[in-house]
Amino acid sequence: MSNIAKAFENGKAFIPFITCGDPDLETTGNIVREMVKNGASLIELGIPFSDPTAEGPVIQEANIRALSGGVTTDKIFDFVKELRKDIRTPFVFMTYANVVFSYGTEKFLTKCEEVGIDGIILPDVPFEEKEDFAPACRAHNIDFISMIAPTSEQRIEMIAKEAEGFIYIVSSLGVTGVRSEIKTDIAAITAAVRKHTKTPCAIGFGISTPEQAAKMAALSDGAIVGSAIVKLAAKYGKDAAPHIGEYVGQMTAALK
Amino acid sequence: MSNGRFGIHGGQYIPETLMNAVIELEEAYNRCKDDPQFNAELTALFNDYAGRPSRLYYAEKLTEKLGGAKIYLKREDLNHTGAHKINNVLGQALLAKKMGKTRLIAETGAGQHGVATATAAALMGMECVVFMGEEDTKRQALNVYRMKLLGSEVIPVTTGTATLKDAVSEAMREWTSRIADTHYCLGSVMGPHPFPTIVRDFQAVISKEIKQQILEKEGRLPDAVMACVGGGSNAIGSFYHFIEDKSVRLIGCEAAGRGIDTFETAATINTGRLGIFHGMKSYFCQDEYGQIAPVYSISAGLDYPGIGPEHAYLHDIGRAEYVAVTDDEAVNAFEFLAKTEGIIPAIESAHAVAHAIKIAPEMDRDKIIVITISGRGDKDCAAIARYRGENIYE
Repeated sequence: MSNIAKAFENGKAFIPFITCGDPDLETTGNIVREMVKNGASLIELGIPFSDPTAEGPVIQEANIRALSGGVTTDKIFDFVKELRKDIRTPFVFMTYANVVFSYGTEKFLTKCEEVGIDGIILPDVPFEEKEDFAPACRAHNIDFISMIAPTSEQRIEMIAKEAEGFIYIVSSLGVTGVRSEIKTDIAAITAAVRKHTKTPCAIGFGISTPEQAAKMAALSDGAIVGSAIVKLAAKYGKDAAPHIGEYVGQMTAALK
Repeated sequence: MSNGRFGIHGGQYIPETLMNAVIELEEAYNRCKDDPQFNAELTALFNDYAGRPSRLYYAEKLTEKLGGAKIYLKREDLNHTGAHKINNVLGQALLAKKMGKTRLIAETGAGQHGVATATAAALMGMECVVFMGEEDTKRQALNVYRMKLLGSEVIPVTTGTATLKDAVSEAMREWTSRIADTHYCLGSVMGPHPFPTIVRDFQAVISKEIKQQILEKEGRLPDAVMACVGGGSNAIGSFYHFIEDKSVRLIGCEAAGRGIDTFETAATINTGRLGIFHGMKSYFCQDEYGQIAPVYSISAGLDYPGIGPEHAYLHDIGRAEYVAVTDDEAVNAFEFLAKTEGIIPAIESAHAVAHAIKIAPEMDRDKIIVITISGRGDKDCAAIARYRGENIYE
């Protein structure tokens, strides 16, 4: 069983996201520890990219802050290695195809395995293009996380059948960002997914309040939150860790 | 290997949310491209509305001054809206209409593609939103006004470098959030499949006409065809029907900005490396960690860190050459063509003219060069004046 499956063993999973190096890696380290302390089931670590086309303004700005702070892929590998000395919570990298491809896909995934990364999410790599990455992921025991969107419809079966780790269900059209209301018929999507796989499903995009998280988790196996957390990181800067910890605590409590 | 590959390049590197949209687009295009009705409508738009076929003009004065190869200019600048962009836009707008879409969105650099899209939207009664880097809205204020005059909304993009690449990113983000009624009218031979193929097919009318026209005038094929390359739509349009004619040199002229040995350049083939961005695998200007480089050129239309996948392939197999032309060389060519032939080319097209100025004198007088003048230069006059230290008001 992959480390990721463990994240879904004890009830609904809460999956927070943070951009590595926003504003510096020391702060990110403190945030990750706070997330763990407050019950995060799995943590998505963003490797910043200059042009994140699937992100809304909040995470775009986090990417810019991190890159101008001088963070690089190599520094993030060292950072994860350090965290892994005492943290067992599953880690998933979230980044863009070019960050991996340009580093050298094989070299990137070798490093991932070495430092203890469990999975990878590439929002600009759909099912049709995953052969560039998925075989190398398998060779290094990294789960290649698939996404399913409100527009996936008849594509759900083929994506679900090959899914590993967990399935990232995109709640709404558009890019990442806080939404006041999620209108998609998520229940219908998760029902369609579950016809074809036992891989757990977590829902992301637009979730910010404990009520939304509880509602989404009730329809699936977990909730993913990015922009709401990154907003706190932007607001509090180097002092963000306790604020994010408190927020994660509220969210995990709502999923119990 | 996935759909829409040119050698190793191309593909569909886009969010899952957009996959059904590009699949639907490909299916619609496959239905339309050989449909006599669709083609008759498009030809009528090309001829009666856009003013095609565009002229192939023998530039006698330029030829005499350079003293070498005989130079012809393919006058895409004479099209309605003043550039080759209208060819692609009329094709895509008609296609979108057949698909039942009521709204067009587009990115634009210099503003030519935005103006063309706004024009087609006005003609066909569609809603239109154009994304333009804030930096470019300043460089090309007149085109912003033209788009608004045509009934289009123009959204200045402030993210990243606030230029063409950011406008593409923002248009993609917008498409992800509104797909059902909206067609993304991509302006170049780039992005995810099927865009590089669709845009190339609509622009291929350029080389189809060049071939007929040069055979009528000279009774033989040219020795070289050259065009400027940003994403590469006028270049692929100019090359396409000559790809199988191996005697014809195909030369793409990239924007070197302040020089390919500086960071202020946009010459992708000359300075970039293989990557994945904006939906495609191709060559990109990027740093060692794959962060996309903030490119620079005096030309807002060539100021893009990537190149279309078919050009990357033509480069790989050695079928086309890609040369770098600096700001200085392009501005000199801009002025030289204006004074020599009374034709003010777009600063983009002036990059191709600049390369012809370099190579024509070294070629024999019985050789023939065709340069595609992709657009007219009125939009650039204020910027070129500033480049020469003269402040004029637009």
